[in-house]
Amino acid sequence: MVGTVGNIERKEQEIIDEFSLFDDWMDKYEHIISLGKELPLIEEGLKTEDLLIKGCQSRVWLHAKLENGKVIFTADSDAIITKGIINLLISVLSNEEPDAIVNADLSFIDQIGLKEHLSPTRSNGLVSMVKQMKLYALAFKTQLNNPS
Amino acid sequence: MSELLTDIEAIRAQFPILKREVNGKPLIYLDNGATSQKPQSVIDAISHYYEYENSNIHRGVHTLSQDATAAYEDVRKKVQKFINAKYDHEVIFTSGTTGGINLVASSFGENLVRKGDEILITAMEHHSNIVPWQMLCERKGAILKVIPISKEGEIDIEEFKKLIGPKTELISLVHVSNSLGTINPIKEMIDIAHAQNIPVMIDGAQAIHHIPVDVQELDCDFYVFSAHKMYGPTGVGILYGKEELLNDMAPWQGGGDMIKNVTFEKTTYNELPHKFEAGTPNIAGGIGLGAAIDFINSIGYDFIGEHEAELSRFAVSQLRDIKGLRFIGTAKERAGLVSFVLDGIHPYDTGVILDKLGIAVRTGHHCTQPVMNFFEVPGTVRASFAVYNTKQEVIRLVEGIERVKRMF
Repeated sequence: MVGTVGNIERKEQEIIDEFSLFDDWMDKYEHIISLGKELPLIEEGLKTEDLLIKGCQSRVWLHAKLENGKVIFTADSDAIITKGIINLLISVLSNEEPDAIVNADLSFIDQIGLKEHLSPTRSNGLVSMVKQMKLYALAFKTQLNNPS
Repeated sequence: MSELLTDIEAIRAQFPILKREVNGKPLIYLDNGATSQKPQSVIDAISHYYEYENSNIHRGVHTLSQDATAAYEDVRKKVQKFINAKYDHEVIFTSGTTGGINLVASSFGENLVRKGDEILITAMEHHSNIVPWQMLCERKGAILKVIPISKEGEIDIEEFKKLIGPKTELISLVHVSNSLGTINPIKEMIDIAHAQNIPVMIDGAQAIHHIPVDVQELDCDFYVFSAHKMYGPTGVGILYGKEELLNDMAPWQGGGDMIKNVTFEKTTYNELPHKFEAGTPNIAGGIGLGAAIDFINSIGYDFIGEHEAELSRFAVSQLRDIKGLRFIGTAKERAGLVSFVLDGIHPYDTGVILDKLGIAVRTGHHCTQPVMNFFEVPGTVRASFAVYNTKQEVIRLVEGIERVKRMF
C-alpha cells in the first residue's frame, strides 16, 4: 500500500523536476499547451453528457474504468490549457490503485506554480475533475472491498 | 459644481488598485462589465461610516444612529436626482440588480400573473433576468416568451410587436447587453408596451455607468441596477418603481424596517420605501453608492460616454486586423465593450494567457448561456471599458492577443 502511494508521489516529483527547468511562465505554459495538444485523451464516442463535468470556463469529459485492480482514466476538454493540466493529472493518477488515488494530495499542481488552476472559481472544471477522479476511485475501492 | 474632471491620468490616480501589478505586469483591468474598480472617495466613504457613524439606522435616538440614518437617506435623495425619479420613496435599496428583479418578480409578478399569462423577455438577457421569471411562470403556470435577436445582436422590433398579445402581463428588458454591448431601444419598446397597458421593467445593470438614465422620460415602470458596476461597492443596488405600482405591491420579505405595527394577530406594513427594505440594510454600501454617484457626477456622462465609445471604436479598429478574430455582437448602438472569439482558441485559454500578461478580461458565457447557444460559441472573450481605461491599454490587449495566437 505504502509503495503505491509512493508511486504517485514519485510521479508528482518527476513533474516538479520537469517544470523546474523552465525559467518563466511562458515556457511553462507552452509546455502545458503542448501536453494539451499531444494527447488524444478520450474517444470521441465517450464525450457524452453524463461524462461531462460542467464548469463556467471550459468543458471537461472524464472516463474511468477498473483494470486489474487499477483505475484507468481518460479525459478531454475543449480548452487546451485545461487539457494540458488534465494530462498531468492523468499521468499521475491513472494506472494506480483506487486507495492510492483517494489519498493523493496532488500538491504538485501548486508546486509547479499553477496553483491558480486549482482555485475553485478560476477553473471549476479542474477542481471538479480532481473531485470526480477521487469519487471514481472511491467507488472502485468500495466495489473491490465488497465484491458482489 | 466644481470643474469637471476630464483628465484620464487624474481620474486614474483616484483608483488605488490601478497602481498594483499582476503577475509582475501593471494591471490592465478590462473586466468592468463584471464589476468596476472603486475610487478612493468611495473607499473613504465606506471607511468613514465604520470609523465615525457605525450604528443601525431608522431606530436609534442617539447621535450615531441619527447621523447614519441621515447619511443613508441622503443617498436615497441623491439616487432620486441621479435617475430623475419623481419621489425619493420610489427609490428602494436592494442587494443589487438580481435582488431588485427578484423583488419585482416575487411581489409585483406574484400578484399580477395568472395561469396562461405571458411574460416577455429578450434573447439577450443574463440569467438574473431569466430565472426569476421562469420561477414565477412555474409557480403560476404562466408562459415565458422570448423576443428574438438578429445575428448582429439586435432586437427585432417587428417580432417584439408580434409577440405582444392579450395575455402579455409584463415585459422585462435589458437596457445594455453585458455579452454583446447592444444598447436596446427601450424607450420605443416601452411606448409600444404602454400602448397596450403592459408594464415594463428595465434591467439597467450594464447601462447605468455608461448612459444617463431618466426614469420619468423613459416612463419605465421599474428600473434596477447595482452599485458595484458604477464604481460603488458590492452588495447594494436600487429598484426604482412608480409610486402607484409600489404602493399596490405586497411586501416581499418580512422583518425590520418593513413593519409598522406587529401583534401576533396582525401586522401592518410600513409605507414606501421602507415596506420593501426588511432587515438591517447594507448601510455602508448605500453610503458608498452615494460617493459613487458623486464620482460619476464629477466627471459627467458626456465625457464618460464619449471616452468609452472612443475606446470601444479604437478597440474594434485594432482588433479587426487580427486574423481569425470574430466579433460577437455588432449592433449599431453599442456601449463600451467588445466581445469576440478567436478561431481555434478557447476563450478560457485566451483568458489564462492574458492574465499572465496582467490583463484582466472576462471569458466564458457571461451568465448569458442562451446568447452563447445562439451564436454557437462556448463563450467569448470580453473586454469592457470604464472611464479610467486608456488607448494604451487597448494596444496592450491587442499585443496580448497576438501573443496568445502565437502560443496556440
